[in-house]
Amino acid sequence: MMFDRHGRRKIFSHSMTVLSGLAVVVILVPLVAVIYEAVVQGGAAFSVTFFTQRPANPCFAHPGIACPLGGVYTPIEGTLELIGLASLVAVPIGIGAAVFTVEYGRNRAIARVISTTADVLSGVPSILAGIFAFTLFLQFDKAIVNSTLDGSLALTVLMIPIVTRTCEEALRTVPESVREAALALGISRWKISVRIVLVTALPGVVTGVLLSVARAAGEAAPLLFTIGNGCLHPLQGIDQQGCALPLWIYWGATSATTNWYTLAWGAALLLILMVLAISITSRLVLNRTVRRMRGG
Amino acid sequence: MSAANPFPLSSSRPRKHAPKWADLTFALLTGLGAALVMVLLAAFIVVLFIGAKATVELFGFRFLTNDVWISASTNPHIPGNIYGIVPFAVGTLLTSAIALLLAIPLSLGAAIFLTQQAPVRLRGPVGQLIELLAAIPSIIYGFWGLVVLAPIMRYEIEPALQSWLYWTGWFNGPTTGVDVLTASVILAVMVIPTITAISRDAIAAVPIHQKEAALSLGATDWEVTRNAVIPYARGGVFAGIILGLGRALGETMAVTLTIGNKNAIPTSLFSQGQTIASLLANQFAERSGPLELSALMEAGLILLLITLAINVGGRMILSRLQRGQGVGRE
Repeated sequence: MMFDRHGRRKIFSHSMTVLSGLAVVVILVPLVAVIYEAVVQGGAAFSVTFFTQRPANPCFAHPGIACPLGGVYTPIEGTLELIGLASLVAVPIGIGAAVFTVEYGRNRAIARVISTTADVLSGVPSILAGIFAFTLFLQFDKAIVNSTLDGSLALTVLMIPIVTRTCEEALRTVPESVREAALALGISRWKISVRIVLVTALPGVVTGVLLSVARAAGEAAPLLFTIGNGCLHPLQGIDQQGCALPLWIYWGATSATTNWYTLAWGAALLLILMVLAISITSRLVLNRTVRRMRGG
Repeated sequence: MSAANPFPLSSSRPRKHAPKWADLTFALLTGLGAALVMVLLAAFIVVLFIGAKATVELFGFRFLTNDVWISASTNPHIPGNIYGIVPFAVGTLLTSAIALLLAIPLSLGAAIFLTQQAPVRLRGPVGQLIELLAAIPSIIYGFWGLVVLAPIMRYEIEPALQSWLYWTGWFNGPTTGVDVLTASVILAVMVIPTITAISRDAIAAVPIHQKEAALSLGATDWEVTRNAVIPYARGGVFAGIILGLGRALGETMAVTLTIGNKNAIPTSLFSQGQTIASLLANQFAERSGPLELSALMEAGLILLLITLAINVGGRMILSRLQRGQGVGRE
């Protein structure tokens, strides 16, 4: 039986099952390896001072020479400023666009055009968002090129399409019958949108905002030529040079100094923990609300 | 007003709730948000084009055919600035192509496993783990690639490849671990979640009767997948590959840290190179003057137009499929 035609086909089928399972294992190897490396190397940097001190001056470890580590207080502060400013602009615009698409656009062509535009925008390489922000500020106000403000503009550009698409998906989970019931009660359109549809879809909307924050907080490329280098001194203001965790990792990775390298792994671990926390939170929120497909 | 009309549901009834100012304001405000999304896309193209104007006028089509990137101020032997995109276009296409070559079989295998073969309880969690790969910031992959992967490539994988495949000519030169191949491997890791997620959704949307018909003919599990499921889902799988390509072309930080950053056409997979995105990341801060800035903008503009075209194409395939059959999970 092992060697008849049917048996061979079965064996082949089973080996293909094993192979495709193996593909999953191979895919997950880098995930485990990256997290392992960040925990081992970055864990060494974690302490109270890691969160409270500014980065120390770059220094090479030699036998007998102590290399002060410092912490990533400034990069954390800078990232919070950047994300706060970017969210302030991107979240209202994104939610507005999503509400318009779902509540007014319905299934008309305009709704498809808006969501396709947002999809395409979210596929634009992030470094181009940096160039966009750089050029825009260069045209209008040269003084604030290389500032937290300029960097947050770049991140805003990246966040808007993500907020738009995720909120749109969330708003679409609200059943049409809810809107019809509200309309039948004579409630005006804007009250239905804000007090009924948005409130019903709130967990999904919050998840969308969190996902966009997670993406923006990890982006280094758009900040390369927009925020300057303000990591070693106290941050001055949003029109002055800024600092960010992902950019700090880039400098630490390329500086080849002992303490910056260690701090960079610490910053990497911090970012990974944040991304993990946000994906787990959003997963829990989504599982508790309506299970629905999410666009690729 | 309805007193005269005992049947207010008739289609000719007057609107009871004419839009009030609050409604209008709200519609306008949300419409403004939607308009901004579309303006943003146009602004991207316009702003980059304005920035690139100087070199577009100076070099014209030669920018697309020049294979060097030389600033007169940094190289006294050169009479003038010459900027061309060829080395970076080659670097971008080469790394993306190898990344897809590595990513497609793995992603397809994973998508098939997650929809056809894995125990149902395992499908959700494993799928989420693969999606998590997409959430890890690019810069962390780059750092990991530089610190962990590059030495492995240099001392283990590249010497082995060289001794097996030296005759192809693709694996010549010293093995450094910081080269086109390493960047491509990192890119593959980064596009796998995109291709897997979209392929999985496409395969999961294949109607059950499609599988049942094949099973009733006595097909094995693999034959069902190969002959009944994959052909049905190939549009979605293709869209996933296209969108994965879009991501690979524009990936910046991970490539910048692992490709070696050399402004020349790579001569083998072990040579250092540069993609358009890594050129921008490296050269922007070290630009020699306004003309090089303009040349960088033009490179960015070209990257923008390519990724826009690819994303529009991929999304159009997906939305056509969605309207036709529904490319959703289950």
